[in-house]
Amino acid sequence: MSTTVARDRPGLTGTTGARPGAVGFLTDTTLCIGCKACEVACKQWNQLPMDELGFTGHSYDNTGDLGATTWRHVAFIERISDEEGRRPTSMRAFQSNWLMMSDVCKHCVYAGCMEACPTGAIIRTEFDTVVVQQDVCNGCGYCVPACPFGVIALDLGDGHARIGDGKAHKCTLCYDRLRDGLEPACAKACPTDSIQFGRVEDLMDRAQQRVATLREQGVAGAHIYGDRAVGGTGGIEGLNAFFILTAPPEVYNLPAQPELPQRKTIPASLATVAAGLVFGLAAVLSLRRR
Amino acid sequence: MPGLGARLGRGGATTTQQSLADSDCIVIMGSNMAENHPVGFRFVLTAKTRGATVIHVDPRFSRTSALADLHVPLRAGSDLAVLGGLINYVLNSERWNSDPFFREYVTHYTNAPVIINPDFRGPEDLAGLFSGYVADERRYTTDTWQYADQQARPAAAEDQAQTAEPRPQYLGRLTAPPRLDPTLQDPHCVFQLVKRHYARYTPEMVERVSGIPRDRFVRLAETILANSGRDRTTAFCYAVAWTQHTTGTQIISACALLQLLLGNIGRPGGGILALRGHATIQGSTDIPTLYNLLPGYLPMPMATELERDRTLEEYLRRNRPLTGAWYNTPAYLISLLKAWYGDAATPENDFGYDFLPKISGDASFQAMIPMMKDGIMKGLFCMGMNPAVGGQNAVLAREGLANLDWLVVRDVYEIETAAFWYDAPEVRAGKVRPQDIKTEVFFLPAALAGEKEGSFTNTQRLVQWHDKSIDPPGDARSEAWFLYHLGRRLKELYRGDDTAKGRQIAALTWDYPTEGPLQEPVIEAIVREINGYTVADGRLVPDFSALRDDGSTACGCWIYSGIMPEEGRNRAKSRRGDERAALEWGYSWPRNVRILYNRASADPQGRPWSERKKWIWWDAAAGRWTGYDVPDLPETKPPDYQPPEGAVGLDAHPGDAPFVNMADGRGWLFAASGLRDGPLPTHYEPWETPVGNPLYPEQPRSPAAILLERPDNRYHALGDPRFPYVLTTYRLTEHHTAGGMSRFVPWLAELQPQGFAEISPELARELGIDNGDWVVISTLRGEIEARALVTERMQPLEVDGRRIHQVGIPWHFGYSGIATGGIANDLSALVEDPNSRIHEAKAFTCNLRKGRLRSGAGEERRE
Repeated sequence: MSTTVARDRPGLTGTTGARPGAVGFLTDTTLCIGCKACEVACKQWNQLPMDELGFTGHSYDNTGDLGATTWRHVAFIERISDEEGRRPTSMRAFQSNWLMMSDVCKHCVYAGCMEACPTGAIIRTEFDTVVVQQDVCNGCGYCVPACPFGVIALDLGDGHARIGDGKAHKCTLCYDRLRDGLEPACAKACPTDSIQFGRVEDLMDRAQQRVATLREQGVAGAHIYGDRAVGGTGGIEGLNAFFILTAPPEVYNLPAQPELPQRKTIPASLATVAAGLVFGLAAVLSLRRR
Repeated sequence: MPGLGARLGRGGATTTQQSLADSDCIVIMGSNMAENHPVGFRFVLTAKTRGATVIHVDPRFSRTSALADLHVPLRAGSDLAVLGGLINYVLNSERWNSDPFFREYVTHYTNAPVIINPDFRGPEDLAGLFSGYVADERRYTTDTWQYADQQARPAAAEDQAQTAEPRPQYLGRLTAPPRLDPTLQDPHCVFQLVKRHYARYTPEMVERVSGIPRDRFVRLAETILANSGRDRTTAFCYAVAWTQHTTGTQIISACALLQLLLGNIGRPGGGILALRGHATIQGSTDIPTLYNLLPGYLPMPMATELERDRTLEEYLRRNRPLTGAWYNTPAYLISLLKAWYGDAATPENDFGYDFLPKISGDASFQAMIPMMKDGIMKGLFCMGMNPAVGGQNAVLAREGLANLDWLVVRDVYEIETAAFWYDAPEVRAGKVRPQDIKTEVFFLPAALAGEKEGSFTNTQRLVQWHDKSIDPPGDARSEAWFLYHLGRRLKELYRGDDTAKGRQIAALTWDYPTEGPLQEPVIEAIVREINGYTVADGRLVPDFSALRDDGSTACGCWIYSGIMPEEGRNRAKSRRGDERAALEWGYSWPRNVRILYNRASADPQGRPWSERKKWIWWDAAAGRWTGYDVPDLPETKPPDYQPPEGAVGLDAHPGDAPFVNMADGRGWLFAASGLRDGPLPTHYEPWETPVGNPLYPEQPRSPAAILLERPDNRYHALGDPRFPYVLTTYRLTEHHTAGGMSRFVPWLAELQPQGFAEISPELARELGIDNGDWVVISTLRGEIEARALVTERMQPLEVDGRRIHQVGIPWHFGYSGIATGGIANDLSALVEDPNSRIHEAKAFTCNLRKGRLRSGAGEERRE
């Protein structure tokens, strides 16, 4: 796990650009028992339909991924045997060998989906969470490729989804519950406090202490995913829903160094302009020659 | 739970889930706690956060193993060999023999120093059997197992395999204080008998039987030893993966023996947590749905040839011990009769004793299945039960259902048991035609927990109230509504009937007030009756010490007495938590005690064993026991109390006796009575096993297991090459038991949508199976198909020089609902533990091949 540690940039570890008072999730995978209560609580509170996936054969994960009608997804990663095919008996303290992580929308400090949205349907709420206004969304889908984590999706009514309204959907961090002073349904249902809800700055403090304790207990790979050092990179400036992981992010199907696609627009535009100039000049020159 | 009852006195978890947070080491064995008790598992994680070691001993690497520090894989069915190995290891360890704590605990609190009848012989002498074996009846007589020099012999039939649970009153009948050898040297003392019995359970032997490599076993044993003692405690958590064996009771009882030796019973962070199968299963044995118990573990009267409780006097003579808490049996029983029969219960008619039904034969659940098939049983009420999926040998169970006159199923969905006559695999395959099934099926909708008020009594004997949030939809009603109005109509139906049955029904008090438009009975009126009251003025009693045997008090369940100690105060509703015993959170029987036998949390002089592990202690100045918990002994009994000659009841116990229900107040390392298959736990193989028993080659399988072999319930011979694999069945977090509450719910169904079988990559390679392929699993009872989940979490084990493959199948699935699959119990057999009458679903043998069933039965319907 030394790769992860090396990737940490000490000055940025544990720092986030979250605005004061912002709320979010700390999902501590070392306490996750893969019970999927978060998935069920989310679907029940938000009245999301069942997905028609069937048996996948991929460990105990029959959910697959986040989507328009799945806003929490517990990933199961079996890493049972070592290189020589031996099963382990003694493990690192806390979750190991069979990793489980409850994935969710990251409610980025600078959110790709929101910046790509041409209609203003995606907004930042008074809780500093990112929410799609269903009555404004026109289903253009620009937000979909703009999310570096593959979270937001259109409900096209094909395959998984049943409503088929063609609009973009994702976790609202239970905006309606927050308005009523309740914590989000998934955090409420989590039996082991793997999912914790609170103010991002408090959660970040807690996460740093937890990572320090885990490392003392021999979990060398324990690290935060979603601060400015890892996960909240590339102009995102931090994830309001962040994680404690024990293996490199790629193992959990998370990008190690995500960045906002918008960041590429200015260089890309400049390149286009430059290319245009070059081609234009060449054309002018060649015409002149004639 | 006779495994705990026979050694400790009560058939309940000795500790609480919250107390696990105080453990230094938690051994989860025979349980997949993270998956099946996810909420309680938070306390395991709290302990771990504080630095405790968590060990999971299990054939599979499950979600529990993923959170453990040590996973110890073993062959399914070898648990007792491992526990025996731990007992032997502990007794020969340097730590146990050098730290005086262990000897002090064991000498004072257990029956280690008691001298046993010198005629007793064990498996060492008798090639795997105990003395008293009656081979042609497959049972033991227990005369030679008794304490030496006692006048009383067990009644002739006390060891008959007639009833499911041994009667609590059999926990020793002493006519004189036991003869002791405090030096533990006498060859006939319990300590020496235990030591000798387990001498052959060496780490080498454990490896040969279970497949656990020696070094790993030693690490397990050393971790437990290092975390037991004056200042540290180890807890064991088990669930039905210990219960569901032909030796299940003895496996649990071996754990009790080990925990007694380690001084872990009655102390915070120690004990044995019996994780019950689902909500209020504890409650359903306390106020029982079992045919052979009355509320509060009072035995049902018998009317068999060998056991007769014809009169109240006869019942009390047979069932009331002279010493220990059960001495008050007359007060408990007569108060129950007063609660049930009211004015019809008078001293002249033995308080209506004759109205009580008497047991004339075996009516346990397992026995019902062949009785239905054979036409002996004509009708069945199924409430919260789905035997077409959950019954052992479910093929036979469905044949039984098909042969009834009538069947009532009350459930929230049309479960398999209600739909068997048109939807079962044998019907779909054309082997059975619906028009040939004569059973009249009544399907009645039931209310869910949120649609009715009431209480749950969970794992740790904790009664917690739940409110009603919403009326049930349509015709759905609560169980209380159904049973109350059914009883009311029966009383109307039998009015004026002067037969014995008519008089019995007429005598019953059945006058609960009702409320609301649905005429629901008032549940707190039932709680009032359960708590008990004085008959003359109807005043509630404070607890069971107020109950009398003269008919002046009435009480529906004596162990719950105290739950409503005064009008308007339902203690099950209280919700004030704290960091210790949380005595104001719910109500825990008996008398709100949280850690049972907590006298053992103090040393014989009444001082805490250590500051870190203090729980209750003797306050000499105040002259009473004090501390964090309710003391589990008479509160003012001094630690140095010695009983005068002829003392009875709890006065017969000295001040250092923690096990108040036992005749001698001691925890029983050696169970002189109460168990039908031996006083010391002994490893026998599962009834179906691919290997022999290296520990007792002449006696490979339990000599007292209850067999029900018949053409529709055939067994595999020992080592039958046609069925080479060990099969174990289990549950998943995503579903609930036989699926009635989960497989029909879209949000749960999608999480585990289809039945599967877990196999190791090694076995998959051998049989040419890829992940996700269809496979067929077969036994002599039936065959099912399932999808293969090939995973390294399953692994073959080296057992006595052979490579043994294990197959795992969740047993939730059936043919109804959204999530469907082959019924795992179509494979299992009716073969039982003689004590608990529980079947063996955790270890039997099977064959497995790639492919599908021709009939397509078990195929998922959704395409």
